[in-house]
Amino acid sequence: MHIPDGFIDGKTALAAAAISVAGVGVALRQVKRELPPRKTPLLGLAAAFLFAAQMVNFPVAGGTSGHLVGGALVAALLGPSAAVVVVTTVLIVQCFLFADGGLTALGANIFNMAIVNSVAGYAIYRAVCRVLPGVSGRVTAIAFAGWCATVLAAVCCAGELAFSGTVAWSAAFPAMAGTHILIGIGEGLISALVFLAIERTRPDMIAGTVGPDQPQRWGELVRYGLLVSLGVAIFVAPFACPWPDGLEHVAASLGFKHKAAPPLLPAPAPDYHFPGIHSAVGATAIAGAAGALIVFALALLLGRLLAPDRARGTSAGLEDA
Amino acid sequence: MHRLPASLKLGVALALIVGTVLAPPSWTAWFAGVAAVLALAIWFSRIPLLFLAKRLLLLSPFVLGAALVNAFGPAGGARWILLAARSALCLLAVILVSNTTPMSQILRVLQRVRVPALLITTIALMHRYIFVLADEAERMRRARLSRTFQRAGRPGWQMLATVVGQLFIRASERAERIYDAMCARGWK
Repeated sequence: MHIPDGFIDGKTALAAAAISVAGVGVALRQVKRELPPRKTPLLGLAAAFLFAAQMVNFPVAGGTSGHLVGGALVAALLGPSAAVVVVTTVLIVQCFLFADGGLTALGANIFNMAIVNSVAGYAIYRAVCRVLPGVSGRVTAIAFAGWCATVLAAVCCAGELAFSGTVAWSAAFPAMAGTHILIGIGEGLISALVFLAIERTRPDMIAGTVGPDQPQRWGELVRYGLLVSLGVAIFVAPFACPWPDGLEHVAASLGFKHKAAPPLLPAPAPDYHFPGIHSAVGATAIAGAAGALIVFALALLLGRLLAPDRARGTSAGLEDA
Repeated sequence: MHRLPASLKLGVALALIVGTVLAPPSWTAWFAGVAAVLALAIWFSRIPLLFLAKRLLLLSPFVLGAALVNAFGPAGGARWILLAARSALCLLAVILVSNTTPMSQILRVLQRVRVPALLITTIALMHRYIFVLADEAERMRRARLSRTFQRAGRPGWQMLATVVGQLFIRASERAERIYDAMCARGWK
């Protein structure tokens, strides 16, 4: 999902950079306030861990392989602000050292992968944890949060590409969201397995993430929520609300509205609208919504399967206390 | 090229990249100029061409994806060529800078432009420990292989996840030791 240089135009880069600077600023201030000095090196080490973990390849059917992205996982383990700082660091090093992700697109990449991914992942993780107590609840929560965070980041990425006029929304949204609905399943599964592995070896590291001593992060989440909604309002909303209008707007701004030559279009659609294309946007949105339900059910099942001994009935609730 | 001040290299690269991203397609002279500057830089940096070509080919799935999408769109190939040219030029600029400038110098430049100290500490620590943790992951893999501890020739997800989880635990424990070491050396 690393956007390279040249795919994002000036106005998008500036807007995304401004939002990202604000978001990372909030995160740094928050981290400074709540993280004891003892834990300062943990941020750097967590970033290095994320980078090393991304090199572990998980085999997928057909010879391909995937890897962890990890924003949601780090957010669940260290809290949202630390996760924003950690993922931002990974992105900066990838950009300067490995030329992975463009310099002008750094703001957009930080917005999608550090801010949206971590904050959404954390919010969903906490929300599900509250509903489902116990270890199996946490496994369910992290699996679902990993999936949602991946899909949301992909939607923002598609919005930025469309807002720049690089790729039309009608093509970018189904392509990005569609593939990441699938990739997100892997992300959720890996996150849950890693989470469980840590839970089994060092339960004390996990216990702090949901216990009663965990600070209520309303103020923090509201600030991030405002920034994320601002970004979504700029990049995604103009396309998402009335879909044909969004398409129309992109077509007009790209100037190819009238260039869509008649010979390209066969008889069934003599009008300007491509029949398949904006229904693809709708279909992807519906698939995403249905996918969320299915993935949540799968995550629930995963939690029960992986942590069966503690998930039975009321004992799960008692265990947290 | 390797000895030039880092701030100069970063500044020029940033100017070239921003210019290339913002330049309208009709400015062929600008693109040619950027290409010429980069060619000169490649000559002086003495980076092997094959290495650069390999890095460029790893362009990331984006250019290919955009190619596919644009192939079906009405605007067609010209836009895609522009896109590919832009991202290739920018990518070359970043690769050149990153391969001729040590990370510590880049960090010093970031410090001078007032990037918050906590972020710089984090970046420096990450850069220092990337390779240590990568080695650690490799050692864990080798240890597992030498005990032939695998299922039917193919590592299962659960086992790989255990490795990743263990890596996180070791990283956090190492962070504690590093803090003690930093304090012992007078870090405030």
